[in-house]
Amino acid sequence: MNYLIKRILAVIPVLAVVAVIVFLLLHLSPGDPAVIIAGDTASAADIEHIRHTLGLDRPLPEQFAGWLGQVLQGNLGVSVFTGLPVAEMIAQRVEPTLWVSALTMLFAVVFALPMGILAAWKAGTWVDRLISGLAVAAFSLPVFVIGYGLVYGFSTTLGWFPVQGFKSLSEGFVPFIRHLALPVVSGGLIYMALLARMTRSTMLEVLGEDYIRTARAKGLSSRRLLLRHALKNAAVPIVTTIGLGIAMLLSGVIVTESVFAIPGIGRLTVDSILRRDYPVIQGIVLVTAAAYVAINLVTDLLYGLFDPRIRY
Amino acid sequence: MEDTMIATLEARLERQRRRPRALAFALRHPVLVAGAALLLAMLALALFAPWIASHDPTEMNVLQRLKPPSAEYLFGTDALGRDIFSRTLHGARVSLLVGVAVALLAALAGILIGTVAGYSRLADALIMRVMDGMMAIPGILLAVALMTLIHASIATVVIAIALPEIPRVVRLVRSLVLTIREQPYIQAAQAMGTRLPLILARHVVPNLLTPLIVQASFICASAMIFEAYLSFLGAGTPPEVPSWGNMMAEGRSVVQLAFGTILYPGLFLGLTVLAVNLVGDGLRDLLDPRIARKL
Amino acid sequence: MRLPATRLLSACLFSAAAFSAVPALAATIHMIPQGDLKILDPIQNPSYITRNHGYMIYDTLFSQNAKGEVKPQMVDTWKVSADQKTWTFTLRSGLKWSDGTPVTAADCVASLKRWGAKDVSGRLLFAAVGEIKAIDAASFAIVLKAPFGPVLEMLGKPSSNVPFMMPERVAATDPNEQIKDTTGSGPFVFKRDEWVPGSKVVYVKNPHYLPRQEPADGLAGGKVVKVDRVEWNYIPDQNTALTAFRNGEMDVYELPPADFITPLAGDASVKLATDNLGNQGWLRPNHLAAPFDNPKARQALYYLVNQDEYLAAAGFPQDYRHKTCTAYFMCGSVNETAAGATPYAAGQNLAKAKQLLQEAGYKGEKIVVLAPSEPPVQAAAAMVTIQNLKKIGVNVEAQAMDWSTLLARRSKKEGWHIFHTFSVGADVFSPAVNAYAQANCDKAPSGWPCDARLEELRAAWVAEGDATKRKAITDELQTRMYEVVPYVNFGQFFQPMAYRSNLSGVLNVGVPVMWNIEKK
Repeated sequence: MNYLIKRILAVIPVLAVVAVIVFLLLHLSPGDPAVIIAGDTASAADIEHIRHTLGLDRPLPEQFAGWLGQVLQGNLGVSVFTGLPVAEMIAQRVEPTLWVSALTMLFAVVFALPMGILAAWKAGTWVDRLISGLAVAAFSLPVFVIGYGLVYGFSTTLGWFPVQGFKSLSEGFVPFIRHLALPVVSGGLIYMALLARMTRSTMLEVLGEDYIRTARAKGLSSRRLLLRHALKNAAVPIVTTIGLGIAMLLSGVIVTESVFAIPGIGRLTVDSILRRDYPVIQGIVLVTAAAYVAINLVTDLLYGLFDPRIRY
Repeated sequence: MEDTMIATLEARLERQRRRPRALAFALRHPVLVAGAALLLAMLALALFAPWIASHDPTEMNVLQRLKPPSAEYLFGTDALGRDIFSRTLHGARVSLLVGVAVALLAALAGILIGTVAGYSRLADALIMRVMDGMMAIPGILLAVALMTLIHASIATVVIAIALPEIPRVVRLVRSLVLTIREQPYIQAAQAMGTRLPLILARHVVPNLLTPLIVQASFICASAMIFEAYLSFLGAGTPPEVPSWGNMMAEGRSVVQLAFGTILYPGLFLGLTVLAVNLVGDGLRDLLDPRIARKL
Repeated sequence: MRLPATRLLSACLFSAAAFSAVPALAATIHMIPQGDLKILDPIQNPSYITRNHGYMIYDTLFSQNAKGEVKPQMVDTWKVSADQKTWTFTLRSGLKWSDGTPVTAADCVASLKRWGAKDVSGRLLFAAVGEIKAIDAASFAIVLKAPFGPVLEMLGKPSSNVPFMMPERVAATDPNEQIKDTTGSGPFVFKRDEWVPGSKVVYVKNPHYLPRQEPADGLAGGKVVKVDRVEWNYIPDQNTALTAFRNGEMDVYELPPADFITPLAGDASVKLATDNLGNQGWLRPNHLAAPFDNPKARQALYYLVNQDEYLAAAGFPQDYRHKTCTAYFMCGSVNETAAGATPYAAGQNLAKAKQLLQEAGYKGEKIVVLAPSEPPVQAAAAMVTIQNLKKIGVNVEAQAMDWSTLLARRSKKEGWHIFHTFSVGADVFSPAVNAYAQANCDKAPSGWPCDARLEELRAAWVAEGDATKRKAITDELQTRMYEVVPYVNFGQFFQPMAYRSNLSGVLNVGVPVMWNIEKK
């Protein structure tokens, strides 16, 4: 329990670092939302005026303090462009991103674990080579190229899935899953490849340990051996990989969201960066950083579940 | 009986001696060798690109836009009438350069920062908080944000991709340093009054290299894919520089008319990443199968 | 009287059919817009996506028909005094805001004032306005202190910034601050609760809208809405957008990539709508940065440009490009003229360009061209300019950047020499609307041309009421523009909007207006 509190308290400096990095990064970059708002035909005076109304002409430390003050009161501010509250804009986008990430992860884990275990069990045979080969190959192409390929095959040619968009689960399961199928597969392949490789090597290591060999020699049935003993011991590193891979998964999700026009957090962030919507980016980064830290916390706690030796 | 046994053994040893060393190595490490061969081929293409290429990769010819493959344009032309074959060859230079530079940069920064963190408690707390913070931002977002900071060039792309990779390397280095510094021989060296820089140079850094090389090979592979993502999201390599990433990103608006705009750079990128991954896998198996877990 | 059973049955069937027609009436048009709608204020922000949003939810006093003539829209009748100084306008009766309250003359006066403080043409008009006031609830007057010719043309200005009418409380907002209230009196209502910026904008039919009786004609005539709902589904990836449209997931594709115009034109399930003026490409030199502070260097740029090359590079097929156009105010417009263009009519002349640059004192200093990665036309144009500058031995530095960075960079007076953009014909076709023809130094948009004579001629042009005399001024003005070169026209091209053939009644106006459209 003590450990939990410590861990949660440790989150605060991380978030502070994130806030500072992001704020500096954005405000030092040459873009300026005022010129975008003013548009093609604006004069310098117009731009200056808009900059002033947005408070962008104030010194940086003052702007940072102002923003921080707001955030501490639980207010993420409003978008420079749309005028909508940042919290609302993020809330609109959470559902698609959560579904895409969760299903991508589920897809990856469901396929990667058996693949990895099988490859390790049959190490050195053609099964292993095939699986390892596939895993390396899936790791070699950008998500958007895989996405285009899937769209061409399954949407344009076969007409099974829509090309773009997102339907909420509340609009029915079939439209929901039809819209998510292609994004999940194209984003999940890379992650699956990573996980399968990790699972294979971890399993190989565990299978090489003395007690497994002993158990094998004693004639323990192979399925029982594999699932009961080996997998249990391999679980901790595998869970770690899943946790560490989340950052990579999110990078992939950002690209899939763009390819399939899914209104998720990733696309919102990229759009906001490209147009310098400072409050939105700052808000998103804070929220996702908090989520990331929380996920890592959960994976840490999961260790305890898989490995009773670890006690906090 | 015994004699014949010894004879067979000697014969076997003799055969092994006669078999060329390289072949023996290749047979023992087929993955590594295949990857290295593929990678060498790509490197050769990159190196000799100006002599192999049939056109100037940046020369536009608007009358020859989106042409299918022909004798003049082996892979066809892109939306600005540039030769995709020549661009793909030159793209090898850019993409490999980006991959290698990112890996080197991330590894060097990782060694430096990670060693400091491993040796100084005070710096450790500070560094690890900053690293945790950086890791909490999805790498691609950090990279896009960095790209908007300075105007696009290959150097900017390298920095933007390398920076988000650094925390992972730092973590690895730090954990290794923490283990290494507790080793008896290091303790002994310290007790004997060997100065710290010397210990670092003689004992610590060499021990870091093996796992780092493997890690770097993976960073190199993923950097080449990341470069494509940056271009895809509109914040990548400058448009006049041919890289596989921005060729594919530019090609996506016309891919339904000229499939080659994505196919060829994609194919070469895929093969190169594959090669680097194979080399990485091979090195890992060769050097130490146990470090795989830490990656 | 007994009805035969069959007739009764058929009557039932008929009403059933009429009933089942209701879902068809509840039709939704899905459009892929040209970009992401991020700003809702069409007066503060001149971007075309925001203008298009304006046409959905706001109405105008006057509008242009398909021939370019100005017709009344919200206005019912108007009078001009004998001295041409007092203009009185009376609104149609029964006009209402989307919240059901009546539209008043005071609302219109406030809206015009806000527009006049911000827009290029509005500023010209308001420089001549002595007083603008509401007379009663339905009529208002504009009293001019100086002669001004195109009053109606300005009030019926078709493109950015369009003088849209807003309620007085909204129009009271500082013109440089964004409005927060989206109440309008246009044919549709904006659904704020369904708005997902970066993804989806939803409009529904405005129950309070009162269309004119005339048939729709260009932007004029009755704006009769025949669908219930319009969704703008922004798809950032061009390949995905195209596939979604071709597969029939979307009904309208506002700006299909130029390269797909020909394939789409050949697709039986797709139709194209093209406006008759098209767009003009703008190569803008920085008039404050050497060597382009010298008119000779700017003239050199004209010799550098082969319009056909630019448009081909951007992917426009032959029949969607205008043959070399030397009219600053668009070929095919009322203000088209060849005056002053003779030296450049022969087309690209790289030797002459090089010579002029040298005469301007260019000695191999670095020339910075801002090269964006997107949008495609601007990106392609920058690449062509860079290549041609290299051909004449200029030391070019191509600075790659995203579009937002480019906007920020060009707003600074130093550090760049050339950028590219383009504008729709409706924003180019006269000296009163063409923002880049302004030569008022600091007050001009990025590039800052500075020429007193040009400004005098622009002022004379708007003050002139007589069309023939105005034509003479246009000639003189264009001749001066070719000497000063505020910008270089890199070509006139047509950008069609694509729609699925199950839509009918689509208007060819260059703005994706959604009235008059039926979906089967």
